[in-house]
Amino acid sequence: MPVLKNLTELKELREKARAQKADRENNKLTIILGMGTCGIAAGANEVAAAVREELDKRNIEAEIVNVGCIGMCHNEPLLDIQEPGGPRVTYTKVKPAMVGKIIEKHLVKGELSKRWIFGQLPGENGQTIEGLKTYDELPFYSKQIRIALRNCGIIDPESIEEYLASGGYGGLEKALFQMSPDEVIEEIKDSGLRGRGGAGFLTGLKWEFCRKAKDYPKYVICNADEGDPGAFMDRSVLEGDPHALLEGMIIAGYAIGAPEGYIYCRAEYPLAIVRLKKAIQQAYDLGFLGENILGSGYSFDLKIKEGAGAFVCGEETALIASIEGKRGEPRPRPPYPAASGLWGKPTNVNNVKSYAIASQIMVRGADWFSKIGTKKSPGTAVFALTGKIKNTGLVEVPMGISLREIIYDLGGGIINNKRFKAVQTGGPLGGCLPEDALDTAVDFDSLTAAGATMGSGGMIVVDQDTCMVEFARYFLTFASAESCGKCVPCRIGGQRLLEVLTRITRGEGSLEDLDEIERISKYMREGSLCALGQLTPGPVMASLRFFREEYEAHVTEKFCPAGVCAGMYAYEIDADPCTGCGLCAKACPTNAITGEKKEPHAIDQLQCIQCGACYEVCNFGAVLVKRKHELPVAEVNK
Amino acid sequence: MGKVNFILDGKEIQAEKGDTILQAARRLGIYIPVLCDHPALPPEGACRICLVEIEGQRALHPSCTYPVSEGMVVETNTERIRAARKFNLELLVSDHPLDCMTCDATGDCLLQDLAYEYDVTEDRFEGTKHHYSVNDPNPFIQVDRNKCILCRRCVRACREVNGVEAISVFYRGFSAYIGFGADSSMDDSPCEFCGSCVEVCPTGALWPKQSLGQGRPWQVEKVRTTCPYCGVGCQLILEVKDNKIVKVDSAWEGPSNHGWTCVKGRFGYDFTSHADRLSHPRVRKYLLDGKKKPTASKRDPEKEANPWQWVEVDWETALGIAADRMRQIRDDHGPGSIGFLTSAKCLNEENYLMNKLARQVIGTNSIDHCARL
Repeated sequence: MPVLKNLTELKELREKARAQKADRENNKLTIILGMGTCGIAAGANEVAAAVREELDKRNIEAEIVNVGCIGMCHNEPLLDIQEPGGPRVTYTKVKPAMVGKIIEKHLVKGELSKRWIFGQLPGENGQTIEGLKTYDELPFYSKQIRIALRNCGIIDPESIEEYLASGGYGGLEKALFQMSPDEVIEEIKDSGLRGRGGAGFLTGLKWEFCRKAKDYPKYVICNADEGDPGAFMDRSVLEGDPHALLEGMIIAGYAIGAPEGYIYCRAEYPLAIVRLKKAIQQAYDLGFLGENILGSGYSFDLKIKEGAGAFVCGEETALIASIEGKRGEPRPRPPYPAASGLWGKPTNVNNVKSYAIASQIMVRGADWFSKIGTKKSPGTAVFALTGKIKNTGLVEVPMGISLREIIYDLGGGIINNKRFKAVQTGGPLGGCLPEDALDTAVDFDSLTAAGATMGSGGMIVVDQDTCMVEFARYFLTFASAESCGKCVPCRIGGQRLLEVLTRITRGEGSLEDLDEIERISKYMREGSLCALGQLTPGPVMASLRFFREEYEAHVTEKFCPAGVCAGMYAYEIDADPCTGCGLCAKACPTNAITGEKKEPHAIDQLQCIQCGACYEVCNFGAVLVKRKHELPVAEVNK
Repeated sequence: MGKVNFILDGKEIQAEKGDTILQAARRLGIYIPVLCDHPALPPEGACRICLVEIEGQRALHPSCTYPVSEGMVVETNTERIRAARKFNLELLVSDHPLDCMTCDATGDCLLQDLAYEYDVTEDRFEGTKHHYSVNDPNPFIQVDRNKCILCRRCVRACREVNGVEAISVFYRGFSAYIGFGADSSMDDSPCEFCGSCVEVCPTGALWPKQSLGQGRPWQVEKVRTTCPYCGVGCQLILEVKDNKIVKVDSAWEGPSNHGWTCVKGRFGYDFTSHADRLSHPRVRKYLLDGKKKPTASKRDPEKEANPWQWVEVDWETALGIAADRMRQIRDDHGPGSIGFLTSAKCLNEENYLMNKLARQVIGTNSIDHCARL
C-alpha cells in the first residue's frame, strides 16, 4: 500500500476500509476467534484448527477473523459466528470437540444452542437475533463504558484497515489538521484525564510541562511494563488494539514537539510485541509514522524496547535508564523526566491506557470525556478482575462506580458462594479493603482515602479462606524481591518487614511485632527513593488496619482464623451440619477421619496433618477451622 | 549562573543556581551527614542519610540530589529527619558485621562515625545477614562484601571518573551486591587497580591488602608528597608508621590529579623500604682509585682488595668521577660516541636540562626520551 500523502488520501482509504468491512458483514459468513493471550492459553489455537477442519468438511466458506480479548477471560476460548447481515453470536468455553456440533447446529441446521451461547453483539446496523440477550443486557457488560478497550475483541488487531474502518486515526487527523499542539494540550487538559498508570497525575499538564521544556530533541515513551501480579489491562490493549496506543503516542508527540518515541514493553508479553511490531510496520507503510506524517509536516519515529523482567522498570526513571542501556534503577526526582528524561532530554512517559484514551478524547472531545465518571476523576477505569471471583476478566467502568457493583454485578460475586473478605486494588503496592468498604466509589481520591490505591487496574478479590497476614506477606515477598536494591529503606527495610511477617505466619510473632511493622512501614514510606519502596508496606499496612484482629490472633493465640498458616489451626467436624456422606474420609490422606455412614464423622487430631482436604471437599460447611487449644488437650497432644 | 535565595534551617541563604541543597549547605559550612555522597563523585541518592524536609513535600528528600529553588524552605535536622536517618543506619548495621574492634577501617569509617552520632549500638532487627567469603584473588585489594553498604561510590569512581566500568551492582533487592567484570573477580575484570574504589569506600569493604593490620588512622603520620613514578606530579598522602609507608591516601587538592592515582602511585610503594634499595651513591673501587678498568676475570666484588668492589661515597665524589669519565670518553672518542636517554619520571625542567647537557656540554644530538619509544 502506498504512503498516504495527504488528508484526502486518508479519507479515501478509510472509506474503502469501511466498505470492505460492510461487504464482509453483509455478504460473508464470518467466524471470529478470541486470540488474546487468555484465549490462546485456554486453547484458542486448537479451536481455530478445529474450525478450519469442520468448515472444510462441510464445504462452508467463511472468513476467519482473529480478535483480541473482549474481557471475558473466564469464558475463553470464545467463538463468534456472524452470518451475513446478522449479529455476532458468542459461544463460550469452546472446546475443539464442540466446534463440529456448533457449526452443524448453527450453520447447517440453523439452531441456536442456548447452552453454549453467551449472547450477541449487534451488527453494524444494530441487527439482532430475537431471543438472544445482547451484551448490553448482560450484567458483565451492562455497566461498562469501553474507551481504552473500545476495539479490544471487536476488531482484528493485526489489520490497520479494520482500525481505520472503526474510525481509527481520526484523533490524529483532527490533531494534525485542525489543531495546534497547544490546542491539543488544552483539549487533554480540559478533559481532566489523569494518568492511568496509577499515580493519577493530570496527563494534559504533564504534556504541557514537556512542551514547555527548553531542550531538543524530546521523547515520548509509553510505559507498557505492566508487572503487577494479576494485572493484564495494558496487555489486553497491546494485543487487542495496538493502533489505539500508536495513535495516542503520535498525538502526544505532536503536542509536545517530539520527533521520537519508545514503547517500553515487557518481554514477557511476546504476543503483544508481535502485534505492536506489526502495527508499527503498518503505520510506517501508510505514513502514520515516519517523515511528514500525512503531509502535515510533522515527523515521528517509534521504536519498541523490550524490558528484561524487572518490575521496578515500571518506575519511569528506571524505565528510562533501562532504555539507555543502564541497569534498570530509579533515580531521585527532581529533575522530572519532563525536564530531563531519556538521554537527559525532556521526556513524556504515560501508561498504555492513557495514550489509548487520549486518542479517543481527540475524536470525541474533552466535553464528552469529562462528563463520564466523577468530577475529579473523569472517564473510565480498566480493571483486571482476578481471585476468588466468578467472572474473572477485564472490565472498563466509569469512575465513581462502587466496588460492590464491580465485584457483584460485573464480577458475579464470589466463587462457590463463599464469603467475601477483601479486595486488593493497586497490585502489590496497593492495599486491601474489607467488606464494609465495598460501597467506596472507585476513583483516584476515594480509594486512597479509604486506605487502598487506584493503581493501574489490578483488582484481586479474596474470600474467607484467605489469611490476610499471608496475603500481605505474599505481596511483600514480591515487592521486596523486586526492589532494585539501590536505596537502604527499600533494600533492607523490605527484607526486615518480610522477616517480621514470616515470623507471624509461623506462629513466632509477638504483639511488639505489630508495632515493628508500623515502624518499618512508616520509615520505608518516608525515606525510600521511589514509589516501589514507598508503597511496598502498603498491603501490610492496609491489612493490619482492617484486619488487625487476624494479626492479633496470630501473635497472641498462635491461631490463623482462615486456616492457612501451617500449624496454627486444627480442623473439627461440626456434628450438626455433617450428613455423614463420607467425602471427607475419602479425601483424608492419613485416614484421620472416621464415622459410620450417614452419621456425623470425627477427626482424630493425632492423625490429622491439617492438609485441608476435608475442608475443601465438604459440601455442608461442616468442617470448621478451630484454635488448637479449643480442642481437648488429649486430642491435640503434640 | 544566577543566585537562588532560600531558607535553610530558618536562615535566609543564598546559593548558586543549579546547586543541590547539600552543595549549598557545604558552601556555607552547614553540616548534613552523608554516606553515599562523595564530593568528587556525582550524587546517587541511595543511602538516604542526607534526607531533609522540604516544605510542601510529603516524603523526605535526599539533599545530595535535590536542586535548590527560589523561596524553598528546608530543614536539615528535625526530629523527623533524625528518626528517619537513624532507622536507615539501623538497617545498615543490621546487615553489617559488628567487628569494629578488628576492622582496619575503624577510625576511618563513615558508617561507624554515623552510628556513633545517631547512637546505633546494636542490630535491633536480628534478621538475615549476608555471609560472603572474602577471597578475591587479586594482589592489591581486599573485597569484603560483608562490610559493603552498597553506597556505590566505587561504582561511580570506576565508571564516571576512570571510565573503566569494572565495578557494577549485581542482582536485586536484598540480594544485590557489588561485583566485578561479568560477575567474576577483580583480576578477571577490566580493573586496572587504580585503587580509586578503595579510596572512596566509606567502610572497610575495599581495603588495600598490603595495608591490612598495618596501623590505625591515629597511629600514623600523614605526609603529603609527589608520586615518584612519572612526570604528571600526582599528589599523594602517605600514611607513615615507624618510618614505613603503610597506605597511600588521596590528596584531593592535588592540582594535577585531584586525588586520583594509577596503580603505581596507589600501591607501588613497597620499594621504599626494600632491602635492595640503594640509599647512597656507590662507585667501583678501581674508579675511586683512579685506575684503569681491570680485566673481567678478576670480577669478585666480595673480595676486599677487588678493584670491582662497590664503595659508598658522597654525591660530590660520585658525580665528579662520572663527569671526569664522560669528558674523557668525549675527548678520546668524540661527542658522537655518547648518547642520552631521558625519562618520563623526570619533570619537563629536568628533561630540558638533560637536553642542554647533551647538545651544549657534550656536543651530541643523540638524545631521546623513553616516552617516544
